[in-house]
Amino acid sequence: MHLFLSSCAVQALLSQLPIGYLVSLIIFAGTFALFSLGLNLQWGYTGLVNFGHVAFLTLGAYTTVLLSLNQVPLLLAVLIGSAVAALLGLAIGFSSLRLREDYLAIVTIGVSEVVRLITLNEEWLTRGSFGVYGYPTPLAELTRPTLASRWVMVALWTALFALAGWQLLRWALRHTKRTISNDTPSSLVSSRKLLASVATAVSGGILYLAGAIALLNYAEYPKAGLMLMLVIVLALVYWGLEVLGHSPWGRVLKAIREDEEVPKALGKNVFSYKLQSLMLGGAIAGLAGAFYAWQLSFINPDGFIPLITFQAWIIVVLGGAGNNAGTLLGAAILWAYFSLTRALPDLLNAISTVIPGIPTTLDDARVGAFRIMVIGLLLMVLMMLRPQGILGNKEELTLGR
Amino acid sequence: MVDDSTIPPSPIYAQEGQPLVLAEAAKSTAMPLLSASGLVKRFGGICAIDGAEIEVQQGSITGLIGPNGAGKTTLFNLLSNFLQPDQGRVIFDGEPIHQLPSYQIARRGMVRTFQVARTLSRLSVLDNLLLGAQQQTGEKFWNTWFRQRQIAREEAQLQERAMEVLHSVGLAHMAQAYAGALSGGQRKLLEMGRALMTQPKLILLDEPAAGVNPTLINQICDRIQTWNREGMTFLVIEHNMDVVMSLCDRVWVLAEGKNLAVGTPAEIQTNPLVLEAYLGQ
Repeated sequence: MHLFLSSCAVQALLSQLPIGYLVSLIIFAGTFALFSLGLNLQWGYTGLVNFGHVAFLTLGAYTTVLLSLNQVPLLLAVLIGSAVAALLGLAIGFSSLRLREDYLAIVTIGVSEVVRLITLNEEWLTRGSFGVYGYPTPLAELTRPTLASRWVMVALWTALFALAGWQLLRWALRHTKRTISNDTPSSLVSSRKLLASVATAVSGGILYLAGAIALLNYAEYPKAGLMLMLVIVLALVYWGLEVLGHSPWGRVLKAIREDEEVPKALGKNVFSYKLQSLMLGGAIAGLAGAFYAWQLSFINPDGFIPLITFQAWIIVVLGGAGNNAGTLLGAAILWAYFSLTRALPDLLNAISTVIPGIPTTLDDARVGAFRIMVIGLLLMVLMMLRPQGILGNKEELTLGR
Repeated sequence: MVDDSTIPPSPIYAQEGQPLVLAEAAKSTAMPLLSASGLVKRFGGICAIDGAEIEVQQGSITGLIGPNGAGKTTLFNLLSNFLQPDQGRVIFDGEPIHQLPSYQIARRGMVRTFQVARTLSRLSVLDNLLLGAQQQTGEKFWNTWFRQRQIAREEAQLQERAMEVLHSVGLAHMAQAYAGALSGGQRKLLEMGRALMTQPKLILLDEPAAGVNPTLINQICDRIQTWNREGMTFLVIEHNMDVVMSLCDRVWVLAEGKNLAVGTPAEIQTNPLVLEAYLGQ
């Protein structure tokens, strides 16, 4: 009886969770994390200033969607989409990588606009501003998966979270050991850390629960499969990039970021490494494009504006350039911020009932602009207080050349 | 997983008890290791290098001196193809290299340092050295996933060798520090060590003693001489005449992009043309 009551209480609590919303939040944050990991490889590791990252996302999304509309199997369509994005990286690289780095910035920003304008104007292919919809999405046919397969998915989900938690714990332990040996036991630092770990644990727990419930009630939450798939892909890409980053290959990339004349003088083919970085980063962004399209289930050129590029930049800078874990954290923070400020108009309305004079007639466009403005402000504060990003290494950044 | 037990150990690692210098024997001992002739480089209307030539004998420490603006560093850039010569030939180890990209010249065994020491500040001192090693399995994209065991083994061997080199240049205690934390003189030493890590046949040093305190200058000279005794060949640009005179077997003098004189340090010191170029009319 007692057990029954408490389980009722838990169920009542869980029923308060906006599960559908959390699932789509996980998908968006995950997609942008994937997207930004590509930029982090190009800029954080190799120092390539790519201001047109959204071009890779666009090509990945449109290629996947258009191919799958023409009965190409989804998996193949995604791989081709990714490859096409990588080829764009190859083309950009060949045309501008031999020039100074600021040229790359200009060329990439131009290319991303060209790609968007092509999707807008080549209506025979992309239906222009009407957009593309009704394309197949993965695991959509699984509207009624068996109980067993649902539990398998929950098990996978649990395993992923356990793995992530384990990694976090190990990292935190290593970190505390280092600070203790560094002999700086400030209570402020430790309380901040405690706060951060509690926040991580609580939000991780909520996301885990929401995901698990969505997977168990698959018929109600058809995006749950997409969510699981995305998180698996994200974990694999993250792991792959970590292996690369810690390999001699990654060492050459970092050397190029520092001073490309040095690896050149030491027998490294700098141009080829830059191409590899640009292509791999592009392929990852192309992969993110497929998930972006699947989540939106309708794409048109408005979804691929330059602002998307700069969201990736915000994520990378926020988390700390050259740090893959930082990129994941940056994506989580940015999307947490987006979801929390969605309630902003309601909040303003509520305040205006108490304090008259507060503008309540903010339309969506204004609120959207305001939210981004605040991000700019926060970034400026962050750059002043912690220029290396949240997880970046300050010593690495502030050393003179 | 690739069975890497069948892959023979790479020859690029130091065996125990061997000297640090592992220069491959040059193909021919009769020919100079490096010879360049008729080099011309124009920047707009200025002819920075105007038909200069230079020869470096296997096993020597060859000096390259000249007044400021004589074109010494430009000549280095032409030799290593950081700048493309307008005219002229560069023969290294019996083969023309003036058409090759810089990185391939380095792979063939001619490695350069820079006038202002270029360290990779945000990499550790050890990583700076590891970058120098050639033919690393883990530098190839696909190998990073499929040859992990071999890469780990190579890295361990390379680290051992890098630590030996660091001991040799007196930076072993800084191995884990960021290279950006090194002083100017230490950066010069780091660059020399990094060059040695590539196991070259010839090292081009651009002003190894410039802006370095006297104690470190001695250390740098000592390193050059030790490695030379172990078989390494050097071409050195230097302004500090004490260093040039004590180190070099043979000195080439450059002025206004042309060869002015060549000879032993003693001959150069008393050559009236050289004195005039340095002191003015």
